Amino acid sequence: MAGVADFFRWLNDAHGLNFSIFYDAYDRDRFLLGLWTTLYISVFCIVLSVIIGMFGAWLQGVRSGVVRALVQGYVQLFRNTPPLVQLLFFYFGVGTALGAMTGGGSFLSGVGWAIVSFSLFAGALNVEIFRSGIEAVPATTREAAEALGYSRLATYRHVVMPLALRIALPALGNNLVNLVKTTTLAYAIAVPELLYASAQIWSEVLNVREMMNVLLVSYILYVAALVYALGRLERALRIPGYTP
Amino acid sequence: MTETLATMAKWAPLILSGFLFNLLVSLLAMALGTMMGTALGLAQVSLSAALRRLAWAITQFFRNAPWLVLLFYAMLLLPFEVQLFGVRVALPGWLKSVIGLSLPVMANVAEIVRGGVQSIPLGQWESAEALAFSRRQTLWRIILPQAAKRMIPPWMNLYAILTMATSLISIVGVQDGVSLTRAALVAEGRTELFMPMYLMLLLMFFSYCYPIARFTATLERRFAVKS
Repeated sequence: MAGVADFFRWLNDAHGLNFSIFYDAYDRDRFLLGLWTTLYISVFCIVLSVIIGMFGAWLQGVRSGVVRALVQGYVQLFRNTPPLVQLLFFYFGVGTALGAMTGGGSFLSGVGWAIVSFSLFAGALNVEIFRSGIEAVPATTREAAEALGYSRLATYRHVVMPLALRIALPALGNNLVNLVKTTTLAYAIAVPELLYASAQIWSEVLNVREMMNVLLVSYILYVAALVYALGRLERALRIPGYTP
Repeated sequence: MTETLATMAKWAPLILSGFLFNLLVSLLAMALGTMMGTALGLAQVSLSAALRRLAWAITQFFRNAPWLVLLFYAMLLLPFEVQLFGVRVALPGWLKSVIGLSLPVMANVAEIVRGGVQSIPLGQWESAEALAFSRRQTLWRIILPQAAKRMIPPWMNLYAILTMATSLISIVGVQDGVSLTRAALVAEGRTELFMPMYLMLLLMFFSYCYPIARFTATLERRFAVKS
């Protein structure tokens, strides 16, 4: 490790390329904390948004027209408005209102509202993705499950969803990658995620050029890791010989 | 209640003017991104393997980087003025933000163009070749006119995403609908206004993006390949 630090110190002295996060312990810790916050927010959001997507897609199949209309309204409203304004609406609008109701103080932290807001945004897109996956499951498969005495919920859980998940996986993967990129918006409410931490470093150390590139490479590596994991998952879940 | 509505009505014209600026930025970034992206997409289907690989790498890079980070990139690393043919051209913040937003648009357009060109059956290329069309003629007169129809729905989808992404310029200090909403809230200084004011801004974006989404869905159905 000392060798790496020495190399980057030399790079700064000899060529003026200041990658302070590699040799300055304070900057390194800030950067790593930012990375951790980004990972933390995005993993929470991925899990929550997939749950919202599955549940919403199930609600879109219920008999009650009112419930279906509500889900459709939620999906369209969140799909067609900027996630940044949604975040500000939740953090400042809903957060302040809830805080006033519960007797002062903020209701959730910035990180908390970021997770809620991004999960609802990505969840709305996931509802659509799962719905089209469910529609692609052949009606005969569903009817066969019904004939075997499966209830509606059991059919959904044991027959339809496992197949729909596999069909929806490529589109779902795309959306989850977008979700990771969306977490940068938490910058706007001063959540110390990767972008915010980097911005703090480059405004203090004045190494905008170097930090900008470190930041871009970090995100691209993170996204690449996620794409790789999703590809592995897709292969692991593949049913040999099955084409819906 | 009526007082809240009166306050909102007072600020609505100002916020709407900011929102119209968002739309202007979205149109400019879309035009710039589409021009660069078409060139990049065509480079991805060129005959030269080196050019293809370079174009692929550029596309992947700008597609996988977060929009906000690219926006910061453009805002902080572009100079405030450039020398064009000996003439000094100032690059104000809003123009830099247009460039910053056009980078991810470029990469996404490139993917749309590549996908569109590759969706045309190979037989079309071969028939054109048999009729002695040059490669350039085949591309412009045979392939692209057919591919364009399939590229329009995803392109419009991208435009809706870009319009929503223009709200990001408020973070990097360009005055738009979001920053004017915030300014209005600061001026009023009443926390109970936060929710209705941001809701009004959300509805402005919604009333612009939702019709586009509906129209895109209609076009998708109309252009769908019948199987």
